[in-house]
Amino acid sequence: MSNGLILFKNARLIDPASDREERGGVLVRDGLIQAVGPQVTEASDAQAIDCGGQVLAPGLIDMRAFIGEPGGPYRETLKSAGEAAAAGGVTTVVSMPDTSPALDDPAVIDFIVRRARDTSIVNVRPAAALTKGLEGREMAEIGRLREAGAIAFTDGARSVTNAQVMRRALTYAGDFDALIIHHVEDPDLVGQGVMNEGEFASRLGLPGIPREAETVMLERDVRLVRLTGGRYHAAMISCADSAGIVRNAKDRGLPVTCGVSINHLALNENDIGDYRTFLKLSPPLRHEDDRQAMIEALADGTIDVIVSDHNPQDVENKRLPFAEAADGAVGLETLLSAALRLVHSGRLSLPRLLRAMSTRPAEILGLPAGRLAVGAPADLIVFDPDAPYVLDKRQLRSLSKNTPFDEARLEGQVSTTMVAGRVVFQRDTM
Amino acid sequence: MTDAPRSVFPHRHLLGIEGLSPLDIQALLDLADEQVEVSRQIEKSKSTLRGRTQINLFFEASTRTQSSFEIAGKRLGADVMNMQVASSSVKKGETLIDTAVTLNAMRPDIIVVRHHAAGAVHLLAQKVDCAVVNAGDGAHEHPTQALLDALTIRRNKGRIEGLTVAICGDILHSRVARSNMILLAAMGARVRLVAPSTLLPPGIARLGFETFTSMEKGLKDADIVMMLRLQRERMNGSFVPSVKEYFRFYGLDQEKLAFAKPDALVMHPGPMNRGVEISSDVADGAQSLIREQVEMGVAVRMAVLEALASHLPNR
Repeated sequence: MSNGLILFKNARLIDPASDREERGGVLVRDGLIQAVGPQVTEASDAQAIDCGGQVLAPGLIDMRAFIGEPGGPYRETLKSAGEAAAAGGVTTVVSMPDTSPALDDPAVIDFIVRRARDTSIVNVRPAAALTKGLEGREMAEIGRLREAGAIAFTDGARSVTNAQVMRRALTYAGDFDALIIHHVEDPDLVGQGVMNEGEFASRLGLPGIPREAETVMLERDVRLVRLTGGRYHAAMISCADSAGIVRNAKDRGLPVTCGVSINHLALNENDIGDYRTFLKLSPPLRHEDDRQAMIEALADGTIDVIVSDHNPQDVENKRLPFAEAADGAVGLETLLSAALRLVHSGRLSLPRLLRAMSTRPAEILGLPAGRLAVGAPADLIVFDPDAPYVLDKRQLRSLSKNTPFDEARLEGQVSTTMVAGRVVFQRDTM
Repeated sequence: MTDAPRSVFPHRHLLGIEGLSPLDIQALLDLADEQVEVSRQIEKSKSTLRGRTQINLFFEASTRTQSSFEIAGKRLGADVMNMQVASSSVKKGETLIDTAVTLNAMRPDIIVVRHHAAGAVHLLAQKVDCAVVNAGDGAHEHPTQALLDALTIRRNKGRIEGLTVAICGDILHSRVARSNMILLAAMGARVRLVAPSTLLPPGIARLGFETFTSMEKGLKDADIVMMLRLQRERMNGSFVPSVKEYFRFYGLDQEKLAFAKPDALVMHPGPMNRGVEISSDVADGAQSLIREQVEMGVAVRMAVLEALASHLPNR
């Protein structure tokens, strides 16, 4: 294995951090990138991987994935999530604290860090609970949790409805330069709603969720950020008005960033079709106009990151009438393929797309990854952006199979994934 | 003439440090220095307030402060009466004024007041004919605490001017901090405020005080580390997440104290929450002035009562 020296050659290098796009290679030693560029072609003492002209880019960083450990290992374990992530080109996963028990105690964060190190083939960085028990009433121990290894603070799929709690959390988190990630959805406005409010919901006879459930909460948060100066990231936005709110906040120089899920970029409410519960999500899939607005906001930089919102649900929670089924879809393994639809349709350049899935998340989270630079961690992926395939959910590595892309025609597959200088995934080629 | 008060203090009441000049403060501290000597004698009594009536009117329980004022009054020869008024039976405004009018009819000479509402002492002072001493009003002022802290500092360091004093902890709710900030700044000290942002009053930095959210930075090269009491009901998720977290980041232990100057002195107005804002080894350690502060409390209150007595009508 040539003293840990690995050479990727004959690659199409794309590094969104430096706007690099050229043919060349990457030399990896001891888990770090030692050289990168067109001059990197040979290294006699290295193990060589010929990329065959495929894209070599920084590994994807997914800022939002729900993993069942601890408490729900039948849905997903750190091990199975790691395998799914590696196959999808995701080298770092930010795990949500909605576990049982919730990640609101330094000892539990420590458990996740150790367990992930021992069982997962990709990096798992836990986000800790923002409030104790995810109940939205009392701030969690942000300082101690951060010391234990929490990378950000969020109540996961829940929103903090109490504005005073949010204000204090933003204020207090600022002392630790801690990032607060918030699910922006006012539960009172959601009410009994199960899908986007509008004509299609009326036709299906399902109670709707207005866009204002999102915009009211987001607007409140932006004002609290202005008051406190805390670092804030809206986990996922889904409608045009939300993009406007974030755009205004950024124009005013506020420390506000936001994400969008791959589902809201690739799908709209009509995909629910005949009550398909795998498309029951939170926030709900919106109107096509909103989807188009999300793509535009991503292209102009208003939306910073794309997340998988990987949320495995077992069959019992999904094989129910639409209104009663659990929210969520798996997404780690299909993240890149689904996102490449935007590139193939000409809406987004490949570097822009990769920026939203690796460079920007790394910047927001303060990670050294997300770039092809000498000294950066060798978290890399090689993929063929044009490789066509039909997704078969039975082939997914996740323990749960609730993908909205089952039987979808997708283009673009990861062939090699490297984490910290170690090849953790290599696709079998015929 | 031996015990005659000097007319060095130009104010009729002591409602706060705000409004006192550096000369006023210095005069009170000088007078307090003399009272320390009186208190250390076997014969501790003076007759400055002989025949005078001092009422300690406490709307909020405080055994320590009340006892300190009681001892101070008695050492000066006053007839001291303690009145505890359960705060639940008093509904601000009119009732407070009613209380004041009733008390005034009893013709006291000095009323020492503690009240849970900021500004209540000022209101009461407008309605009575006697001298009023603020023994703490809400989160506003606690002037005798600041004076006793200043006296303790001056006696140990020989000066206040030029010292770096870090006031740490629950600044937001602390009347002790407010009075100290004003006094120390007026006397030429460099005042730093150290607390989590949730416990710093909004806009405080604009008042000219240096603020820190890190104990390590805030305590760097400090001469005096003044810890404040954190009330437990203000912890647990409201302003800070928990006792454990608070102590980890804002509690004074030997490790954090090491950032201050080697000869830095530690103060605390008491009562202390050991293991919350201060560790026992620091509280009881060689750098601690906490017990001395209590002694200075009596001396300062004697000085204040004596200074105000100079404005009382002659017999």
